[in-house]
Amino acid sequence: MKITFDWLKDHLKTNLKEKNLLEQLTNVGLEVEGVQNLSPDKELFKVAKIIKTIKHPNADRLKVCDVDVGEKEFKKVVCGATNAVEGLITVYAPPGSIIPKTKTKLVVATIRGVTSYGMLCSESELNLSDESDGIIELSSGYKKIVGKSYFSKSKSNLIDLSITPNRPDCLGIRGIARDLAASGFGKLIDFKKKKIRSNNRHSLKVKIKKEKNQGCSIFGSCLITDVKNTESPQWLKDKLISIGQKPISAIVDITNYVMFDLNRPLHAYDADKIEKGIIVRNSKSGEKFTALDNKDYKLEDGMCVISDHKGVLGLGGIIGGTRSGTELDTKNILLESAYFKPGSIRTTAKKLNLDTDAKFRFERGIDPLSIEDGLNKAAILIKEICGGKISNIDVQKIEPHKTKIIEFDINLVEKVAGFKISTKEIFKILENLGFKFKKKKFFFELIVPSWRPDITQEIDIVEELVRISGYDKIRIIDPIKKRKKSTLNKSQKLFHFLQRSIASKGYLEAITWSFTDSNYNNYFRDTKKEVKIVNPISTELDVLRNSIFSNLIIYMNKNLDRGFKDLSIYEIGPTFNGSKPGEQNTVVCGLSSGKKSRLSWIEKERNVDVFDVKKDVVQTLIEAGYKSEEFFIDNKTPNYYHPGKSGRLFLKKDADLVAAYFGEIHPNITKKIDMKTESLVGFEIFLDNLKLPVKTLNDQKNKFNVSDYQKSERDFAFIINKDVNAQDLINAIASVDKNLISNIKVFDVYEGDNIPENQKSIAISVTIQSKEKTLNDNDLENINKLIIETVENKTGAKIRS
Amino acid sequence: MSDLKKIKDELLLKLKSKLNLPEVNQMKSDLFGKNGLVSSQFKKIGTIAETERKKFASELNVIKDELQDLINLKIKEIENEEIREKLQKEKIDITLPERPFVRGKIHPVSQTIDEISSIFSEIGFSVEEGPDVESEYNNFTALNTPENHPARDMHDTFYLDEKKERLLRTHTSPVQIRTMLKDKPPFKIIAPGRTYRSDSDQTHAPMFHQVEGLHIDKDINMGHLKGCLNYFIKEFFELDKIKMRFRPSHFPFTEPSAEVDIGYEMKDGKIVIGEGDQWLEILGCGMVHPNVLRNVKVDPIKFQGYAFGMGIDRLAMLKYGINDLRAFFDCDYRWLNHFGFDPLDVPTNYRGLSR
Repeated sequence: MKITFDWLKDHLKTNLKEKNLLEQLTNVGLEVEGVQNLSPDKELFKVAKIIKTIKHPNADRLKVCDVDVGEKEFKKVVCGATNAVEGLITVYAPPGSIIPKTKTKLVVATIRGVTSYGMLCSESELNLSDESDGIIELSSGYKKIVGKSYFSKSKSNLIDLSITPNRPDCLGIRGIARDLAASGFGKLIDFKKKKIRSNNRHSLKVKIKKEKNQGCSIFGSCLITDVKNTESPQWLKDKLISIGQKPISAIVDITNYVMFDLNRPLHAYDADKIEKGIIVRNSKSGEKFTALDNKDYKLEDGMCVISDHKGVLGLGGIIGGTRSGTELDTKNILLESAYFKPGSIRTTAKKLNLDTDAKFRFERGIDPLSIEDGLNKAAILIKEICGGKISNIDVQKIEPHKTKIIEFDINLVEKVAGFKISTKEIFKILENLGFKFKKKKFFFELIVPSWRPDITQEIDIVEELVRISGYDKIRIIDPIKKRKKSTLNKSQKLFHFLQRSIASKGYLEAITWSFTDSNYNNYFRDTKKEVKIVNPISTELDVLRNSIFSNLIIYMNKNLDRGFKDLSIYEIGPTFNGSKPGEQNTVVCGLSSGKKSRLSWIEKERNVDVFDVKKDVVQTLIEAGYKSEEFFIDNKTPNYYHPGKSGRLFLKKDADLVAAYFGEIHPNITKKIDMKTESLVGFEIFLDNLKLPVKTLNDQKNKFNVSDYQKSERDFAFIINKDVNAQDLINAIASVDKNLISNIKVFDVYEGDNIPENQKSIAISVTIQSKEKTLNDNDLENINKLIIETVENKTGAKIRS
Repeated sequence: MSDLKKIKDELLLKLKSKLNLPEVNQMKSDLFGKNGLVSSQFKKIGTIAETERKKFASELNVIKDELQDLINLKIKEIENEEIREKLQKEKIDITLPERPFVRGKIHPVSQTIDEISSIFSEIGFSVEEGPDVESEYNNFTALNTPENHPARDMHDTFYLDEKKERLLRTHTSPVQIRTMLKDKPPFKIIAPGRTYRSDSDQTHAPMFHQVEGLHIDKDINMGHLKGCLNYFIKEFFELDKIKMRFRPSHFPFTEPSAEVDIGYEMKDGKIVIGEGDQWLEILGCGMVHPNVLRNVKVDPIKFQGYAFGMGIDRLAMLKYGINDLRAFFDCDYRWLNHFGFDPLDVPTNYRGLSR
């Protein structure tokens, strides 16, 4: 909502300065978004007339115009607008002026060899509207003031307010003035309401059809005959220009003026173009009309339309149609002032994707009792400016207006706000805001003003009182440092632990979108259901991610393109497996590329491999408190991992939920997306599949129990079929005697010379230690034998002699 | 006695020349070995006349000690010399690089979430979570934003079905609903998390982070709200003095509602939070609307309280001088490295937020 202090003063008597105004607007909740002088030197922008145009000698799209700016000589201006034609009246900016939109200072410039003295402006360049297609076209009435300043001399700045959706009343200058007055910033000026006194009969029949879901409940109108539509007088033009509106013609300008002034949208029809009478009704599917934005709209069933006997004239409260629009030669007009229901307006506008000033106001709620005030004010102005005869006002109504009454206990103010407002002050504020009240035994009965659709219950009254009194009166009550419940629950603690544990292993934490490119998602979707976004922001972000890998790979690739080679990134966050709330999992997903120790003078460089990520996963899980002795690992992994170089980990052999996957990314994927790296490995840890510790930290520590008896290390080398897992050997050894075997370590794996084909040699070091005694040679020999026997029996391995 | 004197003089002479360890050891055994010169003198003791014997023995012992000391000293000297020579040879160029290491980092948003949690933990808030995919009811209707409410326009929503019943939550406020439906009052929670709006330009990202706060009890009023946020802002920005302003605003789920601004000034093109005369909006808050409480079966006559919501990314930007929101999610290795935090830098109550 754009306002000026000058316009506010039409409604508000105050001696205060603009600086105070800006503060007070913000204090009462009308947030000042910006203050702009349309241009610091706005009188420089002059009404000008194009006298002659010739094609630019060196540019097809440019013209060289001779422009009359009221001086002796015409100015030569180079212009690219297609509508820059001879005779056009427009706005000229001289060198030295600052263009409001770009804030750039205009200079005499040579454009492709032709010197241009200044510029012809579009509406958008002057911040008048978003219209940037062509230069401003002024009506012929401006002919008389060629050379004069386009903007009025008013020094009042343009103040841009952000009006919250609950305050439709403040979409009119008067509503804003009322709030300010209530807060003590001046006094609201009371107008004697001028009323039409007319004996002329309203001869056009208006009817609101009583239908289900009728969007219009009141339709007021009057006829004004024998008008001469003209240009608006300067005061009116200045007023509209001062808030960034472009004057069009007196009738349109007057309806706009009343809308901005009182938040009372009006619509003017050319009465001669209305066939027989007005019918307000629901549209039928397939009906069409051309709206004032020059677009054709095809309607669905049940949209509130204003029609005549021929068809649709306009969409009530949203936009009028071209068929009945007023023009400069319009003689007889029908002026509409109606009440349309917010819900109906919103549904229709959304379906047709239409946004207009009227729609914006009606969907927030217009004062239903402002119908006649709006008609009176506009009709009298039209008569003053355009002449003509005004008929009596006709008001069709299908529902009575209900006055809202709220029972209000003034004690609620202090209960909610934490500070007291005196009863006297309370009633002063409410009265100034337009409330009426009656005292009852235990409470007050408040009658809510008709322009406040937002106020429906007691708490809304409290809000009004606190807001107008000032939020600075709320006193600070310092919080008490006391905790009754632990801040994080166990799964949140685990989240934090894993997050920092992975980072501590050299990974950079990334946060990427929860959505991704469906093409990439498909690489990592495996058997999961695709979750599409109905209205994605772009086709590259069209599905919720089934795995974090998709995004990590996309960004990994970008970083590789930046010239980085050895990267480790990870993300902890949601993946989705359905579109219902809760169909998501928390996953820690990491990705590593390139080499370890690249170009090191001291360490041998090598590709990152599956055992790097295995280490990261296993170490992290151990650090998080899970027992590695119980881990069970096999090679069944989703199809985006290298089938031979990947694994899945369960916290226990018989667990049914996978704790983690790790491995090389499938070479098909890296090939398809053209990853330029020596190696790409990754992992996924599934937080929701990890068992949460039930014990407290105190209980988690077992009794400290170590053996000081001598330990011996024995090495074994077994020859075994290639497809037998090292883990099977380890398990076999461990099963021999849990009390004596304290550590098992694979220290060599060998295939090739001296080893039969399809077999491999695995060398294992076993630490043997008793908790009860020092083992003698005999004991050790026995255990040795037992180990060899067990391994050979259980795995088919042969001890290498 | 002259034998002994002679032995000593000879030894002293020998020790003067350059010797290695085996040579000295040889000398040692020549003197003190089984048949060494000194040992053989001891054997003579028995043959010496009784009157002389005591004196001889005592002199011999003195000489023996002297000789031993001399040799041991020499051995030490040689050993020291050997170590010195070894060290001389082993000198390396210590300016050569250390063995390679990689450093991981925590994303500034995660760090900021931990900071926020730590601050609110101290005044008794616990952390709650909710799903990213929400029902239309939890995200809007239950929060007093019925269909056709213009406030819905402020949330450009991503939908997951044509009926618009499932969506990506546009704010963390649905966690309020979930929490209050799940438990009984009082409630004192914060809920950080991902939020989504289909809005993408220089200053908006389609995904961002919010933290929701909710405190419902029997007598919680706007003074508590102001006190809580005043405490949070000072703790978060780690400043003793910071200007804060409550300004009336509107959110469908709170009444009265406020937006909170903090003071700042521009210094050398950078925002300095604190006491400047400019205002910067950082969060929205208010007293939970009675309609919301009714929707979650909490009696608004008995219970009342406040809620707030703030943008985590924005807080991180202000605190750490990051000026581009889009970069948070762009995963640029250089950026993550630059703005990331060491994983050991865990913000806690006792060690504070920053190092």
